[in-house]
Amino acid sequence: MKFRVAREVLADAVAWTARSLPPRPSVPVLAGIMLDVDGSQLSVSGFDYEVSARAEVDVTATEAGKALVPGRLLAEITRALPPHPVEITAEGPRLALVCGNARFSLPTLPVEDYPALPAMPSSAGVVDSDVFAEAVGQVAVAAGRDDTLPMLTGVRLEIEDDLITLAATDRYRLAVREFGWRPESPGTSAAVLVPARTLADAARTLTSGPEIVVSLSSGGSGEGILGLSGKDRQTTTRLLDAEFVKYRAIMPTESAAHAVLPVALFTDAAKRVALVAERGTPLRCEFTPGQVTLRAGGTDDEGQAEERCDVEFDGDPLTIGFNPSFLLDGLAAVHTERARMDFTSPLKPAVLSGVDEPAADDQPAAPAERAGSYRYLIMPVRLPG
Amino acid sequence: MRREPSILHVDLDAFFAAVEQRDKPSLRGRPVVVGGVGGRGVVATASYEARAYGARSAMSTAEARRRCPAGTAFLGGRFGAYRRTSDVVMGLLRELSPLVEPVSLDEAYVDLAAGPGHDLSVDGVTALARSLKERIATATGGVTGSVGAGTSKLMAKIASDLDKPDGLVVVVPGTELDVLQPLPVTRLGGVGPATAERLRAVGVRTVGDLARKTLPDLVSLAGRAHGTGLHALARAEDDRPVVADREAKSVSAEETFATDLTDLTVLGAQIDDMAARVGGRLRASATSGRTVTLKLRRYDFTTLTRSSTLPQPTDDPRQIAAIARRLLVEAGTGGGLRLLGVGVSGLSPYAQGDLFAEDDDPAPGDEDADAGGTSSPRPAPVEGGAAVPDPVARWWPGQDVRHDEHGAGWVWGRGLGRVTVRFEGPLTAPGPVRTLPADDPALHAAEPPDWRPDGARSGGSRRTGGPTRRPVRVGHDRAPDVAPADPGRPGSLPRLRGAVPPDGGRGE
Repeated sequence: MKFRVAREVLADAVAWTARSLPPRPSVPVLAGIMLDVDGSQLSVSGFDYEVSARAEVDVTATEAGKALVPGRLLAEITRALPPHPVEITAEGPRLALVCGNARFSLPTLPVEDYPALPAMPSSAGVVDSDVFAEAVGQVAVAAGRDDTLPMLTGVRLEIEDDLITLAATDRYRLAVREFGWRPESPGTSAAVLVPARTLADAARTLTSGPEIVVSLSSGGSGEGILGLSGKDRQTTTRLLDAEFVKYRAIMPTESAAHAVLPVALFTDAAKRVALVAERGTPLRCEFTPGQVTLRAGGTDDEGQAEERCDVEFDGDPLTIGFNPSFLLDGLAAVHTERARMDFTSPLKPAVLSGVDEPAADDQPAAPAERAGSYRYLIMPVRLPG
Repeated sequence: MRREPSILHVDLDAFFAAVEQRDKPSLRGRPVVVGGVGGRGVVATASYEARAYGARSAMSTAEARRRCPAGTAFLGGRFGAYRRTSDVVMGLLRELSPLVEPVSLDEAYVDLAAGPGHDLSVDGVTALARSLKERIATATGGVTGSVGAGTSKLMAKIASDLDKPDGLVVVVPGTELDVLQPLPVTRLGGVGPATAERLRAVGVRTVGDLARKTLPDLVSLAGRAHGTGLHALARAEDDRPVVADREAKSVSAEETFATDLTDLTVLGAQIDDMAARVGGRLRASATSGRTVTLKLRRYDFTTLTRSSTLPQPTDDPRQIAAIARRLLVEAGTGGGLRLLGVGVSGLSPYAQGDLFAEDDDPAPGDEDADAGGTSSPRPAPVEGGAAVPDPVARWWPGQDVRHDEHGAGWVWGRGLGRVTVRFEGPLTAPGPVRTLPADDPALHAAEPPDWRPDGARSGGSRRTGGPTRRPVRVGHDRAPDVAPADPGRPGSLPRLRGAVPPDGGRGE
């Protein structure tokens, strides 16, 4: 194996692949990154039996071949290289890397022990990479981090013809986002549970091209795989073998009161007031026509804060408590200038959603499916008394 | 220290047994033992008649059975009845002063100095205490209390114990040391068997002996905090304030089993049951907690606790149960468990709502949410578990029942498919005993009877609590561990489950 490649190109591909390397590999070879030159293409791949990542890079190759190199070390080296072309040569059991005046000789791992990457399942359809990144980001924020309930660490991905619905919950909030896509064949229907962190990471880093190809295999015995292919990069992840909550049943169907909030102003006010809210204590929101008063703290040995913010409010005055970070997560995820919040009672989930701004004359109208397509439910904190 | 004997300590006499004797006229004047009634039960309270035979709190019920004569009533606890009576007493105390510190159902301190215009002279306090005792006895239908008054909590507590039962002692200011120093050191709070033994080794038996020890001696003997405390108490130096509504630090429930259990399914059902009780108490007091603790005692009495902390506080029995079950699996049941407990601590008045929690008002779609959100499906009833629909197991000695034909009564014994009920109540004469089929459809479990002749019960709202009601005190932070010789204490009455032979002294 012998090739020459631009330093930036190599560093990006290696860094992206290295992110999916396991921190504590179960077998030593899994700590490796596979370099595979075929024709004028180098593929850089990593795999830990859960997630696989593969980046493709154009190189000037003089000799095809493969080498398995310690991944983190390679990532650190390529990131630190000077701005010159990099020349990589396999020399028996070692790999030589020359860049400018820098020379490295790295040990390699046995290629024959490395597991085959899962085959990319057949394409199910195509989604715009920006839309996908935004939607996944909006939903993954509500996923849980506690591994004891695997269901809560996943993002539910439902396909119904040309509509994808993503949903995630950590039992305190629930985020749901719908968006359009272009399925390979009409009438496609599927529902899978994808590890939230992996999905969020993949969606965020596959935006270099305009589209992402979504591939699905729901193997019979919980061995399902989701594949995502962007420009020059593809990743697969094993699906979670768990049932997801019947989340539609907990979406409120009625609204007793609602507020329309200026997101930026309200967010800043909530952040300020929340400074005095000690862990586990809520932000109290007292909604009255025309304004909301935010309060936190209150007992003698705590700080206290209060701030009023002008909002539109329609309904009977309502005092409701929220975990401040749950509220702020939702406000940061609506991605509109104003947000609508619907209430049924101080003990029932409140629903945050974006508000479509009326399009100015010189602007194209906002995509129709965007308004109302994102819902963020927050279960309130029960206030004493 | 105060100059006036303005702190009262009220200690109800043999409280659980006294409530039983009030509600069960046939037991008045006879030995009554309240506690776990199975093979491994522990005595919570013995009536004074039973104490005459040597029955004591924290003694094993088996030992109490050996000591007490045939005809002694061994009853499971009726905490609903005890709490109602206790609420009445605490209400009387709060009429004296807003500063009432309940220590348990049957014990409280009152700071008279915080009350309105009391005469705090020795005579004034004596008269006030005498009138209080009368009002307690009247309002509770005959439960008596011993009252002590003094210049500190220490002296008030010592005083209430000097002339039990039905006692009244006011320690005259200035005479504290005269009262205190002849007493054995074990009367001081915090001197348990271990400390007493260590003190005995250096020749300390009375509080007076203790007062002659120097502070450095006591610190080296009992550690800094404890030694300093002992040094002060021996000199009657105690300035602890009376604190109203001392907050509960944890809420827990535990079970001692009649036989060691190893089966995870059976133990899981027990956990669900205890989690439901803990969750119910949390909800009743509008609190929730972040840390779930599982306590288990193995066949060889090794006792351990395992806990797990949630990102948000909960009061949801299913979530508590799911965590406790996981902790149990991690801890293992090897060799068998004789005791299991579930507790929640890290309490907060704020409860982060849970999207998947059981809805109190069932709504359409609830079932769907449950089906998906349940992480701990309740197991089907299993052999030997609490869920066995054995008609006999519905009944336990002392339980309040109502028969459609014969009226109100209580369970005297059970077994062999039959249940024996004595039909009487607090306001009747001793009543007749009838043996009924355990599955008699006319026999129902009942609420505790009302002992007030005019039926002037304060009503259901008192128990369920409106939003303005002061918070109910939900539990005591228990010592994390209890030595095998002392496996229970009043207030943590273990309830026994499973096949227990017919009870109540029959056949003895």
